[in-house]
Amino acid sequence: MKLKGAEILLHCLQKEGVDVIFGYPGGQALPIYDALYDSKIKHILARHEQGAVHAADGYARASGKTGVCLATSGPGATNLVTGIANAYMDSTPMVVLTGQVGSSFIGTDAFQEADIIGITLPICKHSFMVERTEDLCKTIKEAFYIARTNRPGPVVVDLPKDLMSKEIEFEDTDEEINLRGYRVMKGVNAGQIITAADMINKAQRPVIYAGGGVIASEAAADLKELAEKCKIPVTTTLMGMGAYPGTSYLSLGMLGMHGTRYANYAIGECDVLIAVGVRFDDRVTGKLETFAPNASIIHIDIDAAEIGKNVDIDVPIVSDVKEALQALIPRLQAREELTEWHQTISRWKDEYPLRYGKASDGRIMPQNIVEKIYDITKGEAIITTEVGQHQMWAAQYYPYKKPRSFISSGGLGTMGYGFPAAIGAKIACPDVPVIDIAGDGSIQMNIQELGTAIEYKLPVIICILNNQFLGMVRQWQGLFFNGRYSYTDMSCQPDFVKVAEAYGAVGIRVTRDEDVEGALLEALKVTDRPVIIDFWVEREANVYPMVPPGQSLLDMLGGEDDD
Amino acid sequence: MMTKHTLAVTVENKAGVLTRVTTLFRRRGYNIDSLTVGTTENPGISRMTIVVEGDDKVIEQVSKQLYKLVDVIKVIDITEERSVDRELVLIKVKADNNVRADIVQIVDIFRARIVDIGRNSLIIEATGDRGKIDALEDSFRPFGIIELVRTGKVAMVRGTK
Repeated sequence: MKLKGAEILLHCLQKEGVDVIFGYPGGQALPIYDALYDSKIKHILARHEQGAVHAADGYARASGKTGVCLATSGPGATNLVTGIANAYMDSTPMVVLTGQVGSSFIGTDAFQEADIIGITLPICKHSFMVERTEDLCKTIKEAFYIARTNRPGPVVVDLPKDLMSKEIEFEDTDEEINLRGYRVMKGVNAGQIITAADMINKAQRPVIYAGGGVIASEAAADLKELAEKCKIPVTTTLMGMGAYPGTSYLSLGMLGMHGTRYANYAIGECDVLIAVGVRFDDRVTGKLETFAPNASIIHIDIDAAEIGKNVDIDVPIVSDVKEALQALIPRLQAREELTEWHQTISRWKDEYPLRYGKASDGRIMPQNIVEKIYDITKGEAIITTEVGQHQMWAAQYYPYKKPRSFISSGGLGTMGYGFPAAIGAKIACPDVPVIDIAGDGSIQMNIQELGTAIEYKLPVIICILNNQFLGMVRQWQGLFFNGRYSYTDMSCQPDFVKVAEAYGAVGIRVTRDEDVEGALLEALKVTDRPVIIDFWVEREANVYPMVPPGQSLLDMLGGEDDD
Repeated sequence: MMTKHTLAVTVENKAGVLTRVTTLFRRRGYNIDSLTVGTTENPGISRMTIVVEGDDKVIEQVSKQLYKLVDVIKVIDITEERSVDRELVLIKVKADNNVRADIVQIVDIFRARIVDIGRNSLIIEATGDRGKIDALEDSFRPFGIIELVRTGKVAMVRGTK
């Protein structure tokens, strides 16, 4: 059978189970778009390539599948760069397809030529420049294999235009994956498991520190089993939200810079720290020398390079998280309450709960909105976020119950991520309410995606916690730069209700506490279009507690009284 | 403790692999002392010899990060192994008639070779381990080195290992 390169490409994507692509067309991608015209694969037309790549990322995180996005060469490809870096930092499985100028034009500075392979080298897991149409099947198969196995990540595939138009004799065969430099991690070192189990069985003050690796490994149920068998308190990272139910009495919430006081105190006091699918990020550890100073540390991660990178580890376990936990659990002794340790923790919880003060007239406390979103959705929604204060409040005041219910840009901290990610999540999970908790700064970075949500009738709810500031930067300026609010005032902004309406979306403004619930209920009733709720929140509310950068986790500011 | 380590890195012989390796070093802030790359007995595989300076923790990270590159097949730190290492140097040294005899004598001592004779200069070729090449360079310096180029080190573990 004779097929064009583009047709072979789509055939291979279908074989990988792809049913939706997020993309934006352009000259060098024309042959691919021509083939898409007749394809069973659904294509979601974004309004900016950055919207497409974040949507593919949100789709992947919500579904657990590999996200796929497509853009043309040059500016199309370079517009993906932030999204690729974002997926790389947060280990999202993604295949990024870019059009490229024809083979004979490569290197000539042709129209819309950019060296996207060169540009993305340090921000993707791997990349391929396809050189022959005959290599397409093998390349696509390898790209998906690399993207989703071991520590997942984005893989870039650059597709010169002439190879997509070229017709070749095509025979559908199953080619073997043959990557001698890439082996999928299998099995777990039994000796290390025994050592770890022994350490946990003897621990008096153990803590589990769980991250995104638990979710990537689909190991939340195993983590729960372990924690509950041994009655070990669990704190999660931002990426680990939902890896352990935030509603459980063993949950300590988030740790780190904006973690709960009790989580950070528990890290300071614990004698055994079980780090699962985490990477000891600086936002988690604070000053490295004072992180978990009394603890022996067990670190389970599939990426050997993460073990010992920032913190010295006593028991390294290089393995898939699920496999390691399943090997560990039978060796652990079931425990009744660890009385003394649990009492200490519950004393901290009583003494230092998360708390916030009262709003001034005509304003709402942003934390209160997050709590109400939880109440009204009964914690069953998928929450995405942008980046900044609202993101931290969304992590603090909404106890996530399941994996893949909190989707946020953790490593790269990409403003403008949350709304397109919500679009991807809604396409992955059409029956679940999807809410983007946003800031007034972040939402303006990809607000054009309202067009996408309207076109595909996606009832995504955007809750703007509008303080007319770039709030997190303002908070730092207030605390560390003598209150000099340099270029963080965002009070020159559009009327978000009118913006929503101009696109054909629903716009609601809320300025009073008593209207918060009503607005959320009204938004949840909308089934065929996005909703923006513009909440006017206390302008200078701060995120507390806060560990100042470079300080010990025990040196927290705020959160001791209602400030 | 900061020491120089020699890594023998086996990689796919493909376009762009060298860039992937050097990009990794630049991005992670590792210092390349020298890097050589060439083909091996297997045309699909290239071999890099990378000399990198750092403490044990840095070197461990370098190897682990290298391993994460899909095109990197194997990384061995051969610093502590019994190995043979060589580099090649070309030195263009000032040499008028008054000093030529002295230079020739040094060339003989080091078992180097004169490969080009100009009116006022000689080009000398030598191979050896780093210590020998350093000593050679020092010996010629008083005469005036016009130009010098070293290949960087290639290395191989002794025996059948």
